[in-house]
Amino acid sequence: MEISLDFDKCCGAGQCVLAAPEVFDQRDDDGVVVLLDADPPAEEYENVRRAAQVCPAAAIDVRP
Amino acid sequence: MNAPPPARIAVVGASAAGLGVVEGLRREGYAGGLTLIGDEPHLPYDRPPLSKQLLTGEWGSDRLGLRGAAAIEALGLDLRLGTKAVALDTRSREVRLDRGGAVGYDALVVATGAAARWLAGTRGVAGVHVLRTLEDALGFRAELRPGVRLVVVGAGFLGAEAAAVARGAGAEVTMVTDAALPLGDVLGPVLGGMLAGVHVEHGVRIVSGTRAGTVLADHGRATGVRLTDGRVLDADAVLVAVGAVPNVGWLAGSGVPLGDGVECDATLYAGSGVWAAGDVANWPHPRTGSRIRIEHRTNAAEQGIAVARNILAGPGRAVPFDPVPYVWSDQYGLRLQIYGRTRGTDTVRIVEGAPEDRKLVALYADGGRVRGVVGVNMPRATRGYRALVAETAALDERSVA
Ligand SMILES: Cc1cc2nc3c(=O)[nH]c(=O)nc-3n(C[C@H](O)[C@H](O)[C@H](O)COP(=O)(O)OP(=O)(O)OC[C@H]3O[C@@H](n4cnc5c(N)ncnc54)[C@H](O)[C@@H]3O)c2cc1C
Ligand code: SF4
Repeated sequence: MEISLDFDKCCGAGQCVLAAPEVFDQRDDDGVVVLLDADPPAEEYENVRRAAQVCPAAAIDVRP
Repeated sequence: MNAPPPARIAVVGASAAGLGVVEGLRREGYAGGLTLIGDEPHLPYDRPPLSKQLLTGEWGSDRLGLRGAAAIEALGLDLRLGTKAVALDTRSREVRLDRGGAVGYDALVVATGAAARWLAGTRGVAGVHVLRTLEDALGFRAELRPGVRLVVVGAGFLGAEAAAVARGAGAEVTMVTDAALPLGDVLGPVLGGMLAGVHVEHGVRIVSGTRAGTVLADHGRATGVRLTDGRVLDADAVLVAVGAVPNVGWLAGSGVPLGDGVECDATLYAGSGVWAAGDVANWPHPRTGSRIRIEHRTNAAEQGIAVARNILAGPGRAVPFDPVPYVWSDQYGLRLQIYGRTRGTDTVRIVEGAPEDRKLVALYADGGRVRGVVGVNMPRATRGYRALVAETAALDERSVA
């Protein structure tokens, strides 16, 4: 799975961290998303896709 | 055994909620016919940047798309853009379109959102704007020049964000609110006061405790705003930011229960094959039992996903929608974040930071139970308190710094 993040779009909502805490975190100061695991295991795929879908800034792109 | 999924699903409203539904359906493996109808000519785009990055000019409209064209294509939709649903027949299960013709469905999702509320008699007056669509935002942005006198009517998130951007562009901004403080009803006196202070520091003039009565115009162009207390504020431009009304007009006479939006049950089902998601959906919140309608970006996506699941789960298996609402707002350098509900709570306790530093986390409680958390410039820390809201934890017994 390929995850790309648009840090510029990210509004620091943290919804991605709630959906996939193993894969995403936020920077302390401005809340911008941090990718903890660029190549997560298959059991995380569902969480990552959910994160991409709930991200209110459409900042997460997941392929395939 | 689950019942077989509906063969044809139609979604009306091609924005955050509608996209959430169709993506959710495909993600859950739905392979049936899927029609997405939207009256705007654009591919689904995002609204929050309209009062932020698009309005400042930092972003062009090409950055607003919720998904790339390829990702939308991959959903395999019968996509009808620039097409308005004008009526619904729940007996024949058909949506009538303004271009003529109809779309049949076995399950229908209403995701038509909300439209900006206008002040009576101001539509069509040059210089008077609302801010809801891309075209609205571009039209309003064109007014923002150094020295232009702007009156912002309403001081909710939208009005406050627009005021901040307009100051950045050099406009002379007056914000009019019937509340005692901008956002005072949402944030309470301490945080509302802090925020008002920030606006004043940046040169916004706040006129509170009164309402805009009428817009004055000369030759069809706005010249000022007359307040209900009789005062007149001169203006070259007026932004009306007094809330939004759910787009349910096209459902009149369809039998779909309407009130403040589409009145659904707790699973977002409104009967006879019709579901609702996003700004238009009104449902009894499972935790409080009272009906709510939420106009937040995250809610639209989450409800879209929930409706997709519930449609596929089939009758009797749909689950109630039980979110912790989340909303954010950017004003000047401040990022505000809210989980849960703050309005109508009786206690505010600052648990991290301080208003003077413009960095803090505050818990909002009612009857000793945490109902909401507000963070200012502390995104990561704020998220840490979300669990207290989810559990409606007691204010005192928990890890409060
Ligand atoms: C300027 C602005 C800034 C915002 N900022 C924030 C923010 O910072 N944080 C936040 O959480 N939320 C914010 N919001 C709110 C957020 O954008 C909305 O909650 C969200 O857009 C709701 O999505 P929706 O899909 O339910 O409805 P909408 O976005 O309203 O989409 C509904 C779509 O349906 C279409 N439609 C309506 N009637 C018909 C019909 N009869 N036939 C076909 N199509 C129809 C509409 O044209 C529209 O495209 C902001 C909103 C605005 C306007
Ligand atoms: S959900 Fe989206 S906007 Fe929020 S922190 Fe994650 S990437 Fe950023």
